[in-house]
Amino acid sequence: MMLPNSPTTWPGRIALTGLLTLAPTLVLAQEAATPTLNSGDTAWMLTSTALVLFMTIPGLALFYAGLVRAKNVLSILMQCFAITALVTILWTIYGYSLAFGNGGALNAWIGGLDNLFLKGVGIGSIYGTQTIPETVFMTFQMTFAIITPALMVGAFAERMKFSALMWFMTLWLTLVYVPVAHWVWGGGWLGTLGVLDFAGGTVVHINAGIAGLVAALVIGKRKGFPTTAMPPHNLGYTVIGASMLWVGWFGFNAGSELAADGVAGMAMAVTQIATATAALSWMFAEWWAHGKPSVLGIASGAVAGLVAITPASGTAGPMGAIGIGVAAGVLCFLASTKVKRMFHYDDALDVFGVHAVGGIVGAMLTGVFASAALGGKGLVGDISILDQVIKQGIGVGTTLVYTAVVSLIILKIVDWTIGLRVTEEQETEGLDLALHDERGYIL
Amino acid sequence: MKLISAIIKPFKLDDVREALGDIGVSGITVTEVKGFGRQKGHTELYRGAEYVVDFLPKIKVEIAVDDGLVDKVIEAITNAARTGKIGDGKIFVYNLEQVVRIRTGETGIDAL
Repeated sequence: MMLPNSPTTWPGRIALTGLLTLAPTLVLAQEAATPTLNSGDTAWMLTSTALVLFMTIPGLALFYAGLVRAKNVLSILMQCFAITALVTILWTIYGYSLAFGNGGALNAWIGGLDNLFLKGVGIGSIYGTQTIPETVFMTFQMTFAIITPALMVGAFAERMKFSALMWFMTLWLTLVYVPVAHWVWGGGWLGTLGVLDFAGGTVVHINAGIAGLVAALVIGKRKGFPTTAMPPHNLGYTVIGASMLWVGWFGFNAGSELAADGVAGMAMAVTQIATATAALSWMFAEWWAHGKPSVLGIASGAVAGLVAITPASGTAGPMGAIGIGVAAGVLCFLASTKVKRMFHYDDALDVFGVHAVGGIVGAMLTGVFASAALGGKGLVGDISILDQVIKQGIGVGTTLVYTAVVSLIILKIVDWTIGLRVTEEQETEGLDLALHDERGYIL
Repeated sequence: MKLISAIIKPFKLDDVREALGDIGVSGITVTEVKGFGRQKGHTELYRGAEYVVDFLPKIKVEIAVDDGLVDKVIEAITNAARTGKIGDGKIFVYNLEQVVRIRTGETGIDAL
């Protein structure tokens, strides 16, 4: 099922793998079997695309907005909203082409320029051997490109200049998200290698998590961290946001099948199971460690579970989902509560602790629970679990290193040119008034 | 004349207002305040970050009365606001030099 050269069972995501050597063959194959639209698949993908957009605005925006102080609530909502609009335009102009276009001789590393300004993506076009319009595929992928940089916002919350955010996100999408998405999904070398990443554990979550950590380190701690109290100002928003993320994630995971079929159904089931498991395991871990279960804990656990099941959602079975959920809940709890305290880095809303750690846990365990012996779909070519886990490790390691280095360079460039951080006075006043001349609450 | 200022638990405000009405107090001023006494604060925990909240929300009730009513007011507040647990609050009594009713210009006891 995950054979790199059997695109019909896994449309689009790895349809172009091996293109470098097989390009003429593939073109012939596509001409031979004209892809046809399937209205059921199309209907589901239209729905999934809307669900994934809903994850960012308002889901993620509210999840984060509740966690900051009242004086910065609008800045978070604004950042998520602006990223949504900005990435839409960048994706339209060149992002989609470079991530999913044909890169020719360089296709292992980057896509091509044939689809700049969405040239060739018309009413009648279909990507690869998919059964949905390419416009839907392009927009579905766009919503992934939107949420990934938006996830990072939590790491440097309450202190980045808005202009710096716009530059950082533009450069990051171009130099980090687009190539990594191409490597895994667009026919690049990680997909060819056989790394399993069904819905974006590596491309989205590890990517955003490590970049968030680098950004938090480069921009520095918030004034007063960790001695001053910075409690969440409205956990009600956070719970609403987490719940919207949970619902929207069915589009993210079950939608990544790009069809309304059995794999999509199982993806939905394991997403639900892993999320519930992680919510409970974070809750019980905190109950055991601190004596009381918390609302923020159970909501954070749910998000950790969603993150961790993402790469595995096309290959794991229900029991694998429980295994992944337990690991994600406990390990993300430790990363967000203990490790952060230990090293005193101000990843304000735990983007690293939840998305990078959850993403890594999920990516590695994807290699384990894909095994048919453990209830999964089975590993490609009867390789051992260990072999698959090594491949997963290559995917994780590459992303960590590449993203960390390039993100660091981008951040330094933005810092040297226009400056990343607001003034101390603006930070104390709050970004809502200082940067937007507005207040979230006029009571 | 005396000004009586009582710091009470917020959920006891209705009981105190009723008790003061029963003994003939004709007006009170209520303010939301924060502070600490023997009760101290409490701790909050968010993803492992523990915060000590030093100041707890309380209600300050101020009543201006004739000297003769002072003991009855103190007794009424004490009975109405007491839970027996730490943090029930305190009552302060000050001498009050002058009172003026703005609408009529009346002063002293007539203005109460």
